[in-house]
Amino acid sequence: MRKINLLVSITAICTMVFLYIPLLSVAFFSVNDTKYGMVWKGFTLDWYLKLFQNEMILHAAWNTLVLAIVSTIVSTLLGTILAIGMDRFPWPRKMNTTLDLILHLPVIIPDIIFAAAMVVAFGFLRALSSMFEPGLLNMIIAHITFQTAFVALVVRSRLVSIGKEVEEAARDLYADTTYLLLKVTLPLLMPGIVAGAMLAFTLSLDDFVISFFTAGPDSVTLPLYIYAAVRRVVTPQIHALSTLVLMVTIIMVICMERFTRKVNIK
Amino acid sequence: MNKLLIWYGELITGKKLIKRGLLFLTPGMLWLILFLVLPGLILVVVSFAGRGAYGELVWEFGLGNYKRLIGYGIFGWTPDYLLILWRSVWVAVVTTALSVLLSYPLCFYIARKPPRTRYLWLTIVIIPFWTNMVIRTYAWFLILAPDMPLAKLAAFFKFIAPGMPLYPSAFAVYLGMISMFLPFVALPLFSSIERLDWTLVEAAQDLYASNTRVFMHAILPQTLPGLSVGIILTLVPAMGMFVVPDLLGGAKYMLVGNLIQQQFGTSRDWAFGAAISMGLMVLTMFSLYLYKRRNKDIDLL
Repeated sequence: MRKINLLVSITAICTMVFLYIPLLSVAFFSVNDTKYGMVWKGFTLDWYLKLFQNEMILHAAWNTLVLAIVSTIVSTLLGTILAIGMDRFPWPRKMNTTLDLILHLPVIIPDIIFAAAMVVAFGFLRALSSMFEPGLLNMIIAHITFQTAFVALVVRSRLVSIGKEVEEAARDLYADTTYLLLKVTLPLLMPGIVAGAMLAFTLSLDDFVISFFTAGPDSVTLPLYIYAAVRRVVTPQIHALSTLVLMVTIIMVICMERFTRKVNIK
Repeated sequence: MNKLLIWYGELITGKKLIKRGLLFLTPGMLWLILFLVLPGLILVVVSFAGRGAYGELVWEFGLGNYKRLIGYGIFGWTPDYLLILWRSVWVAVVTTALSVLLSYPLCFYIARKPPRTRYLWLTIVIIPFWTNMVIRTYAWFLILAPDMPLAKLAAFFKFIAPGMPLYPSAFAVYLGMISMFLPFVALPLFSSIERLDWTLVEAAQDLYASNTRVFMHAILPQTLPGLSVGIILTLVPAMGMFVVPDLLGGAKYMLVGNLIQQQFGTSRDWAFGAAISMGLMVLTMFSLYLYKRRNKDIDLL
């Protein structure tokens, strides 16, 4: 048994090293004072400073942020209302299964198929209006679509766990529908809504494939920029940018963890 | 339908309740139908269309794209596309299997930590899960670069010419895929292992079960819910993976994701791209079907 324990520990630690070595080497070379090669030439923050002078990177960061914020706001609204509509009404069984299936589609189908479907759909919409040229609007619409499904799933599971007792009590005390919704259901639902919104926001920041298929020349986001750059040549500046993105990810993950743990303890 | 009923403590007629419900459902569902269901159906229709001289869609329906997918071209039958489909399934299966193999020790290791530090370790696994996949993929460029020990070792054994990087290659694709999907298996598996009833394991050991039998009879059945969620969360996206084979495999190790992207990018053959997407969809549905048949009462998410 001792032998097995040792083996488990060694494998586990090697696996963690395997997961982190690529990321750590990106961070390591982002502060290396040479443009080429894999030799350590001393510590520098030059590459980080240069990021903030690069017009294209700033524009890409701006696009990423606009895309994530707008799509998160819309999808949180749509997803929450949809979740309430699905859970709090006596729909027949068949209808429930259909709604459930539609909601799970973005979760189960590979995102490249969804991206392909978006390309074709926007191709047809372009014939109706030039609004649908590849660009930020298309990306926002595509992101809202898969985010709405994820938000609705998260909020619905919260709705189920709340149960119906509190709302019944409110009705017994003569709460009307608007009052019930605004003062009882929504406050109870808030942790689920916030969790859903955070999930939607991270999904949007994280997404590459769907953005890659729907983006136009003027709507490059950070992941798209990094992808295009590393296909040509890998530079320390890209390492610096990736390290910054990684840091933002770490902060968001820690916030999400804190938040969900606090809710669970309550 | 128009009878009075009590619903969540409210006395209401069925008709009114349904009307209110539809009001809630409409915005979200309308959006999903407009931008998810409808595009999906259009993709199915387009997969039967043809391609014009300039890459535009031609509305002559036929099975041409599907015939091409299974290998019938102008010059007779070639297995090129089928090979790529098969390779995608194979890569996904190997990735899943190795991820499962590595996830068990990892989860046991974390689960044995005291509660205070346990969540710190778990966060360490979660961070790669949320890190952008382009960054995680290209990071391997650095590890596989010519100056690094791995490439030097490979050059020493004459696998590659000295001074060459280890990518693009099949090996690089596997490395990238496993590091990409390992957290997808480890996280659901951990939620099962955390709740593992260790008394059963001890009982098995007291009865002189061998290590293999302890695992097969005391641990595996208990961790099956988390494991099967992890497997499906890896297998399905791994089949459609595009970034990893694109950056680390290149033309040397193409997967179906690259093939689809190519049709919508440089080749401008939407109809064929749609047909390949349908092929991938069939593979996805088949694996989900296998999953459903084995785990009737386990829910995704």
